[in-house]
Amino acid sequence: MATSPSDRDARRADTGPDSGPGTGTAPAGADGGPCDLAVVGAGPAGLAAAVTAAGLGLRVTLLDAGERPGGQYYRHPAPALGAARPEALHHGWSAFAPREAALRAHEAAGRITHLPFHHVWTVVPDGAAAPGWILHAVAGPEEGPARVRARAVLLATGAYERQLPFPGWTLPGVVGAGGAQAMLKSGLVLPGKRVVVAGSGPLLLAVAGSLGAAGARVPAVVEAAAYTGYAAHTPVLLRNPAKLAEAATYGSALLRHGIRFLTRHAVTEAHGTGRVEAVTVARLDRDWRPVPGTGRRIPCDALAVGHGLVPQLELATGLGCATATGPDGAVALELDPDGRTSVPGIWSAGETGGVGGAQLALAEGEIAAHALAGRPVPARLARTRTRLRAFAAAMAAAHRPGPGWTGWLREDTDVCRCEEVPAGRIREAVRDLGARDARTVKLLTRAGMGWCQGRMCGPAVAALAGHDPAPDRRPLSCPVPLGHLAELPPADH
Amino acid sequence: MSEATRGRRRSPRDLVGGTPTATWSLRFDGRELSAQAGQSIAAVLWSAGILAWRTTRETGAPRGAFCGIGSCYDCLVTVNGRPNQRACLVPARPGDRVTTQEGTGHGDLAV
Ligand code: FES
Repeated sequence: MATSPSDRDARRADTGPDSGPGTGTAPAGADGGPCDLAVVGAGPAGLAAAVTAAGLGLRVTLLDAGERPGGQYYRHPAPALGAARPEALHHGWSAFAPREAALRAHEAAGRITHLPFHHVWTVVPDGAAAPGWILHAVAGPEEGPARVRARAVLLATGAYERQLPFPGWTLPGVVGAGGAQAMLKSGLVLPGKRVVVAGSGPLLLAVAGSLGAAGARVPAVVEAAAYTGYAAHTPVLLRNPAKLAEAATYGSALLRHGIRFLTRHAVTEAHGTGRVEAVTVARLDRDWRPVPGTGRRIPCDALAVGHGLVPQLELATGLGCATATGPDGAVALELDPDGRTSVPGIWSAGETGGVGGAQLALAEGEIAAHALAGRPVPARLARTRTRLRAFAAAMAAAHRPGPGWTGWLREDTDVCRCEEVPAGRIREAVRDLGARDARTVKLLTRAGMGWCQGRMCGPAVAALAGHDPAPDRRPLSCPVPLGHLAELPPADH
Repeated sequence: MSEATRGRRRSPRDLVGGTPTATWSLRFDGRELSAQAGQSIAAVLWSAGILAWRTTRETGAPRGAFCGIGSCYDCLVTVNGRPNQRACLVPARPGDRVTTQEGTGHGDLAV
């Protein structure tokens, strides 16, 4: 659906005030009718889409779970923390600053309504104004209900970290690599003084560089993939000199901080009582199976670990948007080059279409905004997108987890952190009870039924069930106070 | 060779410079911790070297922040008597009382 500025005014008049059950707050964007575009997520893709769309004349509501725009990538300290150089913790801050300024200008001019601290938990068709949508959100620390009506929706919900469990990974001091980065960027804190960084993917290099620059000692970066996987994609790499330069920057940061970089190795166990005190690092074969006898201990007081990112799709899959498994084995949305999902009126940009980094997300956000405004997509943006998508695919293939990683799980290793379900129980469900997918395993063992709704254990449970992960299917994208559900009009269900 | 004797390590604050607009204290299990304006409760606890502030329902194992962005729910904590708050998201406020959360955090309520 293209929403051109010319038919905006006609639309503005065609609906009544947004009121009714469940409207505990009166979010702007509900000021007399639906906005042209609701953007969910203020990370690189959502922010770029919102300011570009507003610049092209659309009335935009930007909802974000965070307090400040930027998403996880441009996560930065609260102003009260008084950081004089927040950009010291970032690559590509120069791409963020002008867009944030544009957001503030559009806000002041009434073209964008920015709703921070709004966690959208479901999107449903707007029965009163088809084609249109109602977005339901939980707002602020008080978790009040909020809703926004929109002609079109762009889902820029990003990704979260993929975790592969190992013995000891629930010990305090074992934290997500992205989590360590997020806590450092937003709160200026480190999980420990001596932090091993492990897992797979280019994020590890960025995390190790930041931790080192912020004063942590990083004895090693432990990467499960063999970086030789990239060699198969040399032409793609050569078309992306900026990406190579970025890699070189990370490489020199490692050197500067005296950080060892081990490829085709993994942390196969974390040791300690009460908190992590050391990790065992072992060599892996091509399939990520630990090679017996290669384990050695590295003392540390924290471990930052993550195996790449997986798209966060529950709002999209809840709407029935088509998905496909990408080269990294993760499920992503099927999108056309402009960012249309298979559901008319629902668009997406950035990591939801396959993990590819901030520059790609910025380009895709701007592309979608042009298409949504009924404008031709600038050729420069389309070329950037093609080039960076090819790079993303090469990267995804190189870091795709090998099937042998389950070899480092013991029977008593918790796989589901929330419900404390060990690998043995999941294997038993598969072996003795005939569970063939993550959903059945979940019903039989409670793995994935806890607070996080399987975000942490989903990929691991799927691997133990012997299958690629299925698309996210969570009824709600975050815990919602029961009262809000009770107040939904029946038509919303 | 402790960090103190090395003495030359940078801190996150050295990296970004500046000073917080305010500092104050909050109480964690009766202990006074210093907090900087703008930090989450998890950040305040990490600054004090505290990595665990809840125990699990099944085995009573210690847990703290894991994902750091609000999606894992491992960092649940009781703040001013309200259980199940995500410490990585909740901003620290002057005078907050933070207590280790055991199990569901509803032990006191006998539910
Ligand atoms: S650390 Fe994951 S929700 Fe707070």
